[in-house]
Amino acid sequence: MNLENFLIFSGIIFSIGLYGALSKKNVITVLMSIELMFNGVNIALIAFSRYVVPQRIAADPVAAEAEVARALAEGTALGETVLSTLLTGQVFAIFIITIAAAEVALGLGIVIAMYRNRETVDVTQANLMRG
Amino acid sequence: MTLHDLYLLSPELSLASLGMVVIILDMVLRRKGVLAAVSVVGLLAPLAFSISLWGDLSGEPDGQMVGIFNTLVVDKFSLFFKFLVMGIVALVVMSSVEYVSRLRQFQGEYYGLMLFSASGMMLLAATTDLISTYVALELTTLPLVALAAFLRDSRSTEAGIKFLLLSAMSSAVLLYGMTLTYGFTGTTQLVEIFERLGASLDATVPFGSHALFLGVIMIVAGFGFKIAAVPFQMWVPDVYEGAPTPITAYLSVASKAAGFAIILRVFYIGFGEISLDWAALFAVLSAVSMTVGNLVAIAQKNIKRMLAYSTIAHAGFLMVGVASIAARVPVGETTLGPSGVLFYLVAYAVTNLAAFFAIIAISNRTGSDMISSFAGMGRRAPFLAIILAFAIVSLLGIPPTAGFMGKLYMFSAAMKSDLAWLVVVGVVNSAISAYYYLKVIRVMYMVDPEGEEKIHVAYAPQAALYITALGILALGIFPGPLMTVAEKAVAVLFR
Repeated sequence: MNLENFLIFSGIIFSIGLYGALSKKNVITVLMSIELMFNGVNIALIAFSRYVVPQRIAADPVAAEAEVARALAEGTALGETVLSTLLTGQVFAIFIITIAAAEVALGLGIVIAMYRNRETVDVTQANLMRG
Repeated sequence: MTLHDLYLLSPELSLASLGMVVIILDMVLRRKGVLAAVSVVGLLAPLAFSISLWGDLSGEPDGQMVGIFNTLVVDKFSLFFKFLVMGIVALVVMSSVEYVSRLRQFQGEYYGLMLFSASGMMLLAATTDLISTYVALELTTLPLVALAAFLRDSRSTEAGIKFLLLSAMSSAVLLYGMTLTYGFTGTTQLVEIFERLGASLDATVPFGSHALFLGVIMIVAGFGFKIAAVPFQMWVPDVYEGAPTPITAYLSVASKAAGFAIILRVFYIGFGEISLDWAALFAVLSAVSMTVGNLVAIAQKNIKRMLAYSTIAHAGFLMVGVASIAARVPVGETTLGPSGVLFYLVAYAVTNLAAFFAIIAISNRTGSDMISSFAGMGRRAPFLAIILAFAIVSLLGIPPTAGFMGKLYMFSAAMKSDLAWLVVVGVVNSAISAYYYLKVIRVMYMVDPEGEEKIHVAYAPQAALYITALGILALGIFPGPLMTVAEKAVAVLFR
């Protein structure tokens, strides 16, 4: 598998999400579409983490391996080793998943408040303010 | 994580703990008036930590302390924004006292969410890694969304859901841009991004590479949403109108300051190699924001909506400073653009807060945000009217006010960076804005009042009004000291 395949896949997922977020009327569907956008980003991040960083380390694999081994032996904090650069993309993806969950929780809370006020969750009906 | 890391993070940690203390006190205490006092007095803790950190900086050879796996930096730039955010929070809390006392429940949460968001803003100015930038950005935004929907009536929830959906969409776009940057450079650290870009750019392509071209544009779109730049401004008027008015004031100054802090840091440090490309992008966005904001503001009848469009126009003025980059400026004056942005942010903060505080005090009594309801305020509320008029003069940029000095620094930076066309657009826009700003003053002084009842202001909001009005005057007459501090603060961006 090439990096390109993953990136094209992630681009497609992101675009479907963007289209859905801009065109759907139901707030819940819009929230789902936004979630799709985040997942498109996550796929790209993890693909980069797998393909791009090892190439950089491949330039000098001996030094990289020695550094990882030393870090593991001495119990040094991961932040200062090659090991942590290997994982940057995946760590980023985990942060995105976590924060997206918080975002949806807040969104659903507001959707419930909105439904109580006007008995609809249609975003095209959210047009009290204009100008 | 070491103890020193915790010390570097102590202003943010103490601010977030203060937010939790306020929420807990709300459950325990019967007299809710104490909550605002605790929020303001409690700010002394992060203030003390920040002052102590500022003192420690002088002992550092390169003027910065890096911690928490190189994701957080304490330097004069981040401390400048910490002080600014704390000042804004203190003033907004003081002005909210009367507004909040009329809420039936969740008064503690109101102050608590405001403090959480402030800790996110302080963190945002101090991040040096794209991952922590994103986390800080959401820590800033999510409490603000909850605050926008705080009243839970139709308008407020509508503002909240619009804010949430658009901010989530813009963060997704921002993340895609960050991901492309990460894929191109193999790192999320700003300093390393800078180092690796230097070696791998292709001079024939704009931005040095197609991936980076797309990535930078997406990052600009994501941050442009935060600072309310056209064409990412759709949410601004609706959220400003629907949110509780003190929150609108908070949103318009604090969130913008944090947005510019991270833009300056990411672009000047991370993308310093391609500065000519993104500076052109910011110059165009700046011209469009000024023009669209001012033209649409003319038609507004609601004063919060009018100030929303005015805030879009001011984002345009601020971007003039971002676009005035070092590469075109003669040596010795390199910091003029960014330090002008910092000065303008403080000037805009005191000015806009003064305007909003006067509006809050007036509309608390009249119960209306329409410009027409400000008729005859020159007689009914002479103190509030004179401060609102003074703030409007400063927004317009007439001496001797802070707004004038801000624009002066901004435009002189642009002139020195060969952006004369942008200065022309800015001056023309200042003239356009006179039309709708002066309309408010005309309504207050020339139109007969609807009632004769005088409007009185409580002590805390009155103090906030005095402080902001004095700030406008002081910065307008003695801009020197603040400008010196701003120049020291932005020095870390040029290394």
